[in-house]
Amino acid sequence: MATAEAENEVITTADGVPLKESLKKALWQRKKTALLLVAPLFLFVLITFLIPIFDMLIRSVDNSIAGEQFPRVVVEIRDWDLDSTELPDEATFQALIEDFKVGAEEKTISRLGRRLNYEKSGMSGLFRKTARKIEKLESPESATAAMIDIDKKWGNIETWRLIKRESGKFSSSYYLAAFDAEKNSDGSFSMKSEDQQVYISLFWRTIRLSFTITFLTIILGYPVAYLLSTVKTKTSNMLIILVLLPFWTSLLVRTSSWIALLQKEGVINDILVGIGILSDDNRLAMIHNEAGTVIAMTHILLPFMVLPLFSVMKTIPPSWVRAARSMGATPFTAFWRIYLPNTVAGIGAGGILVFILAIGYYITPALVGGTKGTLISNFIAYHISTSLNWGLAAALGTILLLLVLALYILYDKVVGINNMKLG
Amino acid sequence: MSDTPSLVRFVDIQKSYDGESLVVKNLNLDVAQGEFLTMLGPSGSGKTTCLMMLAGFEPATHGEIFLKDNPINKVPPHKRGIGMVFQNYALFPHMTVAENLAFPLQVRNMDKSEQKQRVDRALDMVQLGPFGDRRPAQLSGGQQQRVAVARSLVFDPDLVLMDEPLGALDKNLREQMQYEIKHISENLGLTVVYVTHDQSEALTMSNRIAVFDDGIIQQCAPPEVLYEEPENAFCANFIGENNRFLGKVSEDNGDTVKVDVDNDAGTVIAKKVNVGGVGERSTLSLRPERVTVNPEPGSLPNIFNGVAEELIYLGDHIRTRFTVLGHDDFIVKIPNSADHAHLEEGGTANIGWTAEDCRALDPSD
Repeated sequence: MATAEAENEVITTADGVPLKESLKKALWQRKKTALLLVAPLFLFVLITFLIPIFDMLIRSVDNSIAGEQFPRVVVEIRDWDLDSTELPDEATFQALIEDFKVGAEEKTISRLGRRLNYEKSGMSGLFRKTARKIEKLESPESATAAMIDIDKKWGNIETWRLIKRESGKFSSSYYLAAFDAEKNSDGSFSMKSEDQQVYISLFWRTIRLSFTITFLTIILGYPVAYLLSTVKTKTSNMLIILVLLPFWTSLLVRTSSWIALLQKEGVINDILVGIGILSDDNRLAMIHNEAGTVIAMTHILLPFMVLPLFSVMKTIPPSWVRAARSMGATPFTAFWRIYLPNTVAGIGAGGILVFILAIGYYITPALVGGTKGTLISNFIAYHISTSLNWGLAAALGTILLLLVLALYILYDKVVGINNMKLG
Repeated sequence: MSDTPSLVRFVDIQKSYDGESLVVKNLNLDVAQGEFLTMLGPSGSGKTTCLMMLAGFEPATHGEIFLKDNPINKVPPHKRGIGMVFQNYALFPHMTVAENLAFPLQVRNMDKSEQKQRVDRALDMVQLGPFGDRRPAQLSGGQQQRVAVARSLVFDPDLVLMDEPLGALDKNLREQMQYEIKHISENLGLTVVYVTHDQSEALTMSNRIAVFDDGIIQQCAPPEVLYEEPENAFCANFIGENNRFLGKVSEDNGDTVKVDVDNDAGTVIAKKVNVGGVGERSTLSLRPERVTVNPEPGSLPNIFNGVAEELIYLGDHIRTRFTVLGHDDFIVKIPNSADHAHLEEGGTANIGWTAEDCRALDPSD
């Protein structure tokens, strides 16, 4: 009984305030300080990072342009059925003319044309032509006839099906395009014909090259990190400077020097031809292809592998391997069973770092990748700055983001993220 | 130790790391079968280097090490069959305790049931039976230490090396582990080479202690010999507490010498141990517990007047600091017996000692 009472009794401080409450009060002050310290960075990240990312996510499904440019058509076409074999009614064509008049005056209607052109080529031309002619059109008897008179395509049911499909506020068409799929006229999906597929194979290539690069950095970086962790501090400090040296030269300069080294008339080919290993008409193609991307990016990302490995190896006392050796393990067994398992944290950290950097890398593949060595980020950049198809760029970017997250979660499941040591 | 065969022999071993100075200078040492030998010395004295050469992690620059009469300089560590306990235990953090213990058996391709049997036996030996499934990080320092000891023994090595294995433990635990390791080694009849810089640890555990300084074995003897009969000033000073006087030999009487303490403070009659002839300098060494306070006049050859500077009550004895013969750091341990001398700080007393207890040694520094 006595213990049961004691359990129910609330522990209080000397002046009778429950202990939990006064502790909370005491800790609140500390929390407030912590929040204030974090606040500036949090705001910065929110404005420059989180909001743009959210905006990008929205943009990949956003289709508000239909509502903006075709406010009346979007309303009228609601009653029209996709399966219908007849053109929409006269009221819809009336709305079309009115929307076009407004849009042509404000010179914004061509945007919608460009948007619809992503789905079906010829739409952009149709919209420009219609916008030009619509001004001269004055209250015709039949809006339908007048529009078909401007362009026959207004009498084509496929045009209307497209407008109907893309009349919603949101659209999945960017994602479909990003997966090399398209909507059929009846609203179902199908893959594009093989010669039009671009992005799936590009995603595969990006993942494959990123894995290759990660693997190469492990193979090349592991021995270096081991050396760094075993030599005297003075020597290792100097060697670390050498490892970091690439960081101090401009990325462009480094990438360009790879071009000088690897190209057909470059240093390496010249040497190989010079010493007779290759004949002059057999020079190796080492750049402007996948090999160029892999070589240059492995070099550039190597420090990101070496440093986490080094920091983990530094914590492994030499006595572990020695203990294993004294117990009868051969050098290889001691390495494989004792040393390597304890560096998994470093391999994981370096691997994730390099992989995530590689999968979104842009400059190097753009310069040395040619057509076969470019990665998904190069296409995202293309759609942002050249084709101006921001929706597709956003969809590709979102897929890339989800891909990285998925691999991160996979890593967590397999290796455990808590095992990761970055320094 | 000549009646038992030596298991390990160091012959003319020299070791240099930088090619400029020798860390180990001409080491000759035999370790007998079943012996517990401790290498004792300050840091940088070369004791750990010797251990590493024996284990095979450092090559000897010159000389040869024999294990069971086979030269082992060219034998890699994993073929030497030597168990080793490291300073910070060197337990493998990614394996459980049982896996740690099984490791040396696995690399020997022992069959599973035999492995399990041996691991269980080793765990029982160090009273860690129920801890087999834990990770080393989940054990206390003392428990990790026991695992390290068990792991070094589980494959029945000919020889076990221990490199300051108790350095990371607190005092009580360290003492307890000293006894535990000593008992295990006695029960199993192990040959142990133990490295430490803690002299009380060396005295507690060893059959024989090799005192290292400056790359040289200063003295290699059983604990009681080392303590009672140090051969040079370094050993006298390094092992146990020690009162020192520096002076010059003024008379050589064969077994004893007369030494004039510096600054004309007085003349002491001492046992001639390690000192040159008349006119040579010498260090006199005297244990604090061998000093008599207020002896009968004439009963001892050395009686001097001293001033008690400081008294520290330690229960079983009273540690008293005197100024004697111009030295103000002369320590006397007065046993807390029924009729012990009662002194006061600042008071004077006669203190004396025999010539036998005062050893005339080499003039160190």
